[in-house]
Amino acid sequence: MLTPRENSIEAHGLVRDFKKGPRAVDGIDLHVDPGEIFGFLGPNGAGKSTTVHMLTTLLPPTAGTATVAGYDVVEEGPQVRKAIGAALQEAALDPYLTGREHLRLQATMHGITGEERKRRSNELLTRVGLTEAADRKIRGYSGGMKRRLDLALALVHRPRILFLDEPTTGLDIQSRTALWQEVGRLAKEDGVTVFLTTQYLEEADVLADRVGIIDHGHIVAQGTPEQLKAEISRSTVEAVPADLEQKGAVAAVLERFGTPTTGFGPESVAVQLAASDGDLAQIVRALDAEKVRISNLQIHEPTLDDVFLAKTGRHLEGAGEEEEQEEEEAAAL
Amino acid sequence: MTQTAALQAATLGRRAVVRTARQPANIVFPLIFPMLLFAVNSGGLKAETRLPGFPTDSIVAFAIAVPFIQGALLATVNANVEFARDIQTGFLNRLALTPVRGIVLLLGQLGGLLTIALVQAVFYLAVGLAFGVHLETGVGGALLLLVLEAVIALAFASFGCWAALRTGSTEAVQGLFPVFFVFLFLSSMNIPRNLIETDWFRWVATINPVSYLIEAVRALVIYDWHWEPILIGFAVAIGMSIVGFVLATHALIQRMARS
Repeated sequence: MLTPRENSIEAHGLVRDFKKGPRAVDGIDLHVDPGEIFGFLGPNGAGKSTTVHMLTTLLPPTAGTATVAGYDVVEEGPQVRKAIGAALQEAALDPYLTGREHLRLQATMHGITGEERKRRSNELLTRVGLTEAADRKIRGYSGGMKRRLDLALALVHRPRILFLDEPTTGLDIQSRTALWQEVGRLAKEDGVTVFLTTQYLEEADVLADRVGIIDHGHIVAQGTPEQLKAEISRSTVEAVPADLEQKGAVAAVLERFGTPTTGFGPESVAVQLAASDGDLAQIVRALDAEKVRISNLQIHEPTLDDVFLAKTGRHLEGAGEEEEQEEEEAAAL
Repeated sequence: MTQTAALQAATLGRRAVVRTARQPANIVFPLIFPMLLFAVNSGGLKAETRLPGFPTDSIVAFAIAVPFIQGALLATVNANVEFARDIQTGFLNRLALTPVRGIVLLLGQLGGLLTIALVQAVFYLAVGLAFGVHLETGVGGALLLLVLEAVIALAFASFGCWAALRTGSTEAVQGLFPVFFVFLFLSSMNIPRNLIETDWFRWVATINPVSYLIEAVRALVIYDWHWEPILIGFAVAIGMSIVGFVLATHALIQRMARS
């Protein structure tokens, strides 16, 4: 019988430096409970993948310690690898092999042979809905099919802990939803601990029991999505003027109630309310008093993006791209 | 090596063979190109056989040694370009995340490449025989020729693996092709060393290990069990294999950098 420690992930002061780059991960502490789905949320370049690479033993940490499934990632790499499954950011598949051949190869590398290998391959192909495509070469697979096969490969040896590095990036809504369902099922029915990195707020919100938000190699917030949002406790009001020429007037009224925020449509004006108990009726009365007509008025509960904004001063969406652009501009000077 | 490790190496080797077999360009080019060069050399250098001291009357028997070396080179470059692609795409990381040992990964890769080189060698031998090459050492010589080809392929392959692992770049491995060919052209591929009249060329051909590989293959075809060049060829190929394998193993350890 497994002890709780044998299905958990712990990291203390984990650091990773690269020779010719900035410190990618800068002293992170985290704890993931057995059977939990932990969402590791952050923009591009925040340090998510580097953290996964360290926790999966692909990259030795520069400093700090981490245990996965109760084993030290530096001292007990082979034991860690036996306990984990991983689907890394790029679904690294051989375009000239079929799905079934991939599963056969992966199973053999895990020491699964003979009838068990065949049975397990068929079982996983069914589970990820690739039975019909099993004998087709990968170069004919869609992005979603590749991701599903990648997940199946990570599950071949029945891992206790699963690392998924941005598993739904580039997938359509249908494929994304199917993958979410499978990941949720793995955690709930099979008791697999899932460490999932993502840059999608919705994914972390829907799927994760707890979320860690990482930015510039630091964890800036950690907790359940509800706890994190409750910390912010300020809703956002979005208004769309009926006449776009009145956008300035609408903004002037809304700014009395909070601070301007972005991330909505180009015709919208939005503010994050200053008080937790912002009253929509008061805002309507103020808009009416200024004689501005509104075609749409909505109040939004705090989101994880609000949490990210509160902790880093930036919106999550586009944060990675902004930094890349700044770096390119600096390099061009 | 345990039974599981042997099965893992065999599975990886099979993958290397299957992947090559599913890319027609990687099959056709290594089969056709050396045979074209063989045809050109045999036709163009026929007069060489009249030189005093030339070891055989048959230019095809003399020239058939070269395709074996070219074939090993082409198989090496193609297979190691694919290996470098595995590094670039993250496929090697996928394998590194399994409990499989690094040495098994290397053996699987080399085993697959060896199989491809041997299939090519059988083809060159068959074409050579069809065009009138007579093996003085008979069936035993043909079998030993295949063993020698395997060791030669292993020698080139291990250096190719080293380059792939060291750089992780398909372009760098492709860049080995002209380097290997410079060694081939600066060897005794077209004329026996003792008949090279230009001093610097004879000196370069003498210090060039590829000369000894060609001469070993050639000895199995044109002489009746002349052991000295055969043993030297084996020694050079084995020596190169050992050096290449040590370098490749070291590069693999650094590349995987896993704990």
